[in-house]
Amino acid sequence: MSAVPLLKVRDVSKFYGSRIGCRNVSFELYPGEVLAVVGESGSGKTTLLSCLSTRLMPSSGMIEYHMRDGQYRDLAHMGEAARRFLMRTDWGFVHQNPADGLRMTVSAGANVGERLMAVGDRHYGNIRASASDWLRRVEIGEDRIDDQPRAFSGGMRQRLQIARNLVTSPRLVFMDEPTGGLDVSVQARLLDLVRGLVHDLGLAAIIVTHDLAVARLLSHRMMVMKDGAVIEQGLTDRVLDDPREPYTQLLVSSILQV
Amino acid sequence: MNDLATYNFAYLDEQTKRMIRRAILKAIAIPGYQVPFASREMPMPYGWGTGGVQVTASILGPDDVLKVIDQGADDTTNAVSIRAFFQKVANVAVTTKTVEATIIQTRHRIPEEPLKEGQTLVYQVPIPEPLRFLEPRETETRKMHALEEYGLMHVKLYEDISRNGHIATTYAYPVKVEGRYVMDPSPTPKFDNPKMHMSEALQLFGAGREKRIYAVPPFTEVVSLDFEDHPFEIQTFEKPCALCGAENVYLDEVVLDDRGGRMFVCSDTDHCEDRRAHGHAGSMLASTQHQRKEPAE
Amino acid sequence: MATPLVVSEVAKSFTMHLRDGVRLPVVANVSFSVKAGECVVLGGPSGVGKSSILKMLYGNYGVDEGQILMEHDGRLVNLAAAEPRTVLEVRRTTLGYVSQFLRVVPRVSALDIVAEPLQARGVVAEEARERAAALLAKLNLPKELWALPPATFSGGEQQRVNIARGFITDHKILLLDEPTASLDAKNRTVVVEMIAGKKAQGTALVGIFHDAEVRDAVADRIIDVSEFSPRKHAA
Repeated sequence: MSAVPLLKVRDVSKFYGSRIGCRNVSFELYPGEVLAVVGESGSGKTTLLSCLSTRLMPSSGMIEYHMRDGQYRDLAHMGEAARRFLMRTDWGFVHQNPADGLRMTVSAGANVGERLMAVGDRHYGNIRASASDWLRRVEIGEDRIDDQPRAFSGGMRQRLQIARNLVTSPRLVFMDEPTGGLDVSVQARLLDLVRGLVHDLGLAAIIVTHDLAVARLLSHRMMVMKDGAVIEQGLTDRVLDDPREPYTQLLVSSILQV
Repeated sequence: MNDLATYNFAYLDEQTKRMIRRAILKAIAIPGYQVPFASREMPMPYGWGTGGVQVTASILGPDDVLKVIDQGADDTTNAVSIRAFFQKVANVAVTTKTVEATIIQTRHRIPEEPLKEGQTLVYQVPIPEPLRFLEPRETETRKMHALEEYGLMHVKLYEDISRNGHIATTYAYPVKVEGRYVMDPSPTPKFDNPKMHMSEALQLFGAGREKRIYAVPPFTEVVSLDFEDHPFEIQTFEKPCALCGAENVYLDEVVLDDRGGRMFVCSDTDHCEDRRAHGHAGSMLASTQHQRKEPAE
Repeated sequence: MATPLVVSEVAKSFTMHLRDGVRLPVVANVSFSVKAGECVVLGGPSGVGKSSILKMLYGNYGVDEGQILMEHDGRLVNLAAAEPRTVLEVRRTTLGYVSQFLRVVPRVSALDIVAEPLQARGVVAEEARERAAALLAKLNLPKELWALPPATFSGGEQQRVNIARGFITDHKILLLDEPTASLDAKNRTVVVEMIAGKKAQGTALVGIFHDAEVRDAVADRIIDVSEFSPRKHAA
């Protein structure tokens, strides 16, 4: 593992008027590390994810990212152009609803190729070959390359969204409930796929989920949030097998056993 | 004309003209950038060239010579009406000859005769935003222009190739101006795109309904977007013009009868007439003319 | 180093917040060390905290007090207070664990489950699979099962996949939580041989074995965990 954190988060808070979105969240994320953020709806996990991914400006605190040039940049003080460039090259964002992360009216191939074109790739054949390769990696038939995601099932759309994000070899991927709204069998396949890709590509990921089984399967570390604050964090199997906080114990004891 | 006194010169009031000229100057200063302007109601419906007419009205002087074309022709309804309009409200000289005109207002064509320094070409633009069909939000497209995020433009071309095997966009083909802004050249055929590049003339674009003006100053780089392995190409025609025998010009199809008879003739009527006046003749005129041009192989 | 694992005055209790915060002390003052090539067996009646100690050694359970010192990558790491990242790194290269039950990952084949720890240490996939296959063969797992995900395997078959996964690497410390519980006599013998092999390589082993025969065959030393009972300690 690399000795330098990819992301440094210090005392990040977000207030909506007098209401708390999240408060005083601090952590560091290293390359190749998968962090799960769990908690029930309203616990602040999505607010935190929005702050980290620059979709929301935190009320206070600092988020620094280790750029490819080796420098740390404070995300709040980055220009919008640089931030958007980061988001479509070095970062990925997988939305819970694939329609939010895909262009539903352009083909699967163009959905995957868009990021390549956005960074200046101008060779149709190469773009198509990359798109085709990524569709294969996310287990979408290459014969579907010219179909629009409108014609895809929920699970396929989600896999397409993942391919679209990973094509530029990002180092950090944010995922917001990536398996929400999918059938259990489809979930299992997606989880396995994400697990394999994260492992093979050495991706760092921050996954927001309320599903502890997803956290167990995908993450190395987890943070449990309640009322906007992180109440417990640590190694994923430690938090799940030996929960300390009352709320974490409640969460863990609420898992349905099959 | 008796009723000239009831109009200000060139119809628009002077305040409005100044406002539009400011927009034009800004557009010239930032080639390819869409400058918002307070588009006025004109005595014609949207879609008939209200943008172009306002631009022309704002730059027109008493000494100008105006030419108006619609799809290359001087004699179609839109061209005739706009020409008559300016004759009435500005009493300017009008012409159908490209070389004589100082201002040419056009709908969807660039004349075949290369334009010269001092001439101004005014385009009528229906939808100025090249990104519009891919990104419906104006807030987002403005941001994309500001940040030079043009990947989406190539997504459109990619889709074209994946569906048709080649870039099938034949008109309103997107261009990059002076290495910066991506611009919609209005629905001119892509055949005309190379004429915009390093043109000696000033090119102004007016979109009345969308309230935007943009410009390509003389001697500006205009590059059509493409892929390395699918380079930009213009349309080619198998036969020369049936009337004047011209090659390497843009041709319109004319249906002759209801048995499938048709011919292809110059879309630029002035160019065609000029060639015929100089003795060129195409296959359809061969029987009545003494000179005949060799048909292309 | 002669002593790869030192456990010093470790204490552990559970606070059950869902049951009015009742505090359940598990163990206290746990102190022992394991030498290279030594197999230490945790003994004592069930419920005395053997598994809890093993889980603390693996970083799976939190530690209330004390230190768990391991020689890792040329330095000394206190696993009881280490960052999650460090724990993961120690697990990857120094500390192995064979649990009682296999945690099944959907869709991953038995062979790949066994090969994974090697791949995580940088061994190329092909070689890792070859070595995984050799181990599964040694443990008499029918070859037709290798390509299948173990979710549908019997208890004994899953256990053998688990053992192979734990034994495939050359971790310096190996924790064994009843690895032979659901095995037949023939495969128990294989496991005993494999443990002997690890000892010969200088691995420090800590295990729980209920089967007296196996225990006697592998143990260099038996630690009676009831010695670490918090009640006894308090008294």
